[in-house]
Amino acid sequence: MSDWFSEPANWVFLVVGLAVAFSALRVVTSRNVVHAALYLVATLAGTAVLFLLLSAEFVAWVLVLVYIGAVIVLFLFGIMITRAPIGYDATLDNDHRGVAAVVSGALFLLLSWVSIDFFGSTALKDVGDPTATDLLGESILGRFVLPFEIVSFVLLAALIGGITVARKDATPLEAEERV
Amino acid sequence: MSDLLSNFWILLAIKLVAIAALVPVSALVIGTAELKISAHMQSRIGPYFAGGRFGWAQLIADGIKFFQKEDIIPEDADRQVFRWAPALVLLSTVALFVVIPFSPTLIVRDLDLGVFYVLAISSISTIGVLMAGWSSANKYSLMGGLRAAGQLIAYELPLVLAVVGVVIQAGTMSMVGIVEAQASFEVFGTIAVPYVAVQFVGFLVFMTAALAELSRIPFDLPVAESELVMGFVTEYTGFRFLFFFLGEYASMFSMSAIAATLFLGGYHFPGLDPAIWGPVVLVAKIFFLAFLMIWFRWTFPRLREDQLQTFAWKWLIPVSLANIAVTGVFKVVF
Repeated sequence: MSDWFSEPANWVFLVVGLAVAFSALRVVTSRNVVHAALYLVATLAGTAVLFLLLSAEFVAWVLVLVYIGAVIVLFLFGIMITRAPIGYDATLDNDHRGVAAVVSGALFLLLSWVSIDFFGSTALKDVGDPTATDLLGESILGRFVLPFEIVSFVLLAALIGGITVARKDATPLEAEERV
Repeated sequence: MSDLLSNFWILLAIKLVAIAALVPVSALVIGTAELKISAHMQSRIGPYFAGGRFGWAQLIADGIKFFQKEDIIPEDADRQVFRWAPALVLLSTVALFVVIPFSPTLIVRDLDLGVFYVLAISSISTIGVLMAGWSSANKYSLMGGLRAAGQLIAYELPLVLAVVGVVIQAGTMSMVGIVEAQASFEVFGTIAVPYVAVQFVGFLVFMTAALAELSRIPFDLPVAESELVMGFVTEYTGFRFLFFFLGEYASMFSMSAIAATLFLGGYHFPGLDPAIWGPVVLVAKIFFLAFLMIWFRWTFPRLREDQLQTFAWKWLIPVSLANIAVTGVFKVVF
């Protein structure tokens, strides 16, 4: 145990991990939608730092670019364009919080048990330098090219589907009226 | 000396101080340049008396003025979010300075993923802008924040895609690596040519998207004075307003620096030793690009919101996708 405390990286992990846990808790307990979304930003930023601690630089910046820079921005954009009162919203509470607590507690226990059972004996002494980007690129577009293409195909289908669902083409009569 | 520099903590402190000094200084210099150049473009003199000559101390005086002003937070505002928003905007600007290479060794950290880091960090400021717009409890602010978010989402894509062409050509994402690739890149065999010669389309797309990311004319709808009374900045006073102001001009500097590094050869200039002349060369290129941005401001009128979105989605993104395809083909063939 004394080994654990003599390693500075562990202290960083402890502080960041506690911050992530706190803000994740606030995401679900906050009584204001915008505050919840902003706590989600803090959670994701903390997770990015945890990835940096593991020298997974690429994953960390992807998290920042895609989740903070795009997904959360769209969240906030959607919330603000529809309904985002300042102050506390009483309707934001939910009667099913007991069930939700049980489910997430069970999920947490299951995941912890699986990770400890599987990786418990693996010692992570030194994570070393970040993976070189060219190696990462080669493995994505070489060894894993098929899953990569399948995922992008699914995303493309979702994109086209989203546009088709959202778009309302004018019927011929309406188009005529508009002219 | 080398002993001192090899100590991690001392080096870290030096780097922090250097960035903390560079951000306001660059913002002041670019801001003053904007005041004077704008004035001369309109046949005015501009600031004249502050500091004795040429009004060089005008913005320093302005900065001191902001610090002694009252820090007003509107009654209905969300105080916490209102306080944090300017800090988040300035944070993303400051973090960009980490990967700007002033010479082969004069860089805070030459990340292997340099360009990717730039794109990721610059997207954080959108959150700050949205926070400022929402927490002000002001309709104009909220409109400004929403416009800014819509604009930043639309122009983030062409910005990323324009950079991809350079990354394919250089074969690396490290900022120093890209400059070195340009230093040894020869089209006609004798003299090193920067990537702007072959990536001219990418350069145009990047500069246009950068102008939009900086919310400068002709893309200044989020802060349009005449319709939104400064948008998300409306309710800010004192040093919080100063944060937004510093962030705006410092990111003009950092965006120009990144464009100069990616497309104009960065610190490299034929015949000059980059170890000595690097910083001078880079700053000269930065000021050239900053001058172009100021010139644009007094040349083009403001776009309309739908024109702005159409321009990004129907023109810039297809053009930059075609640029990537062409660059990829050329890279494989030659």
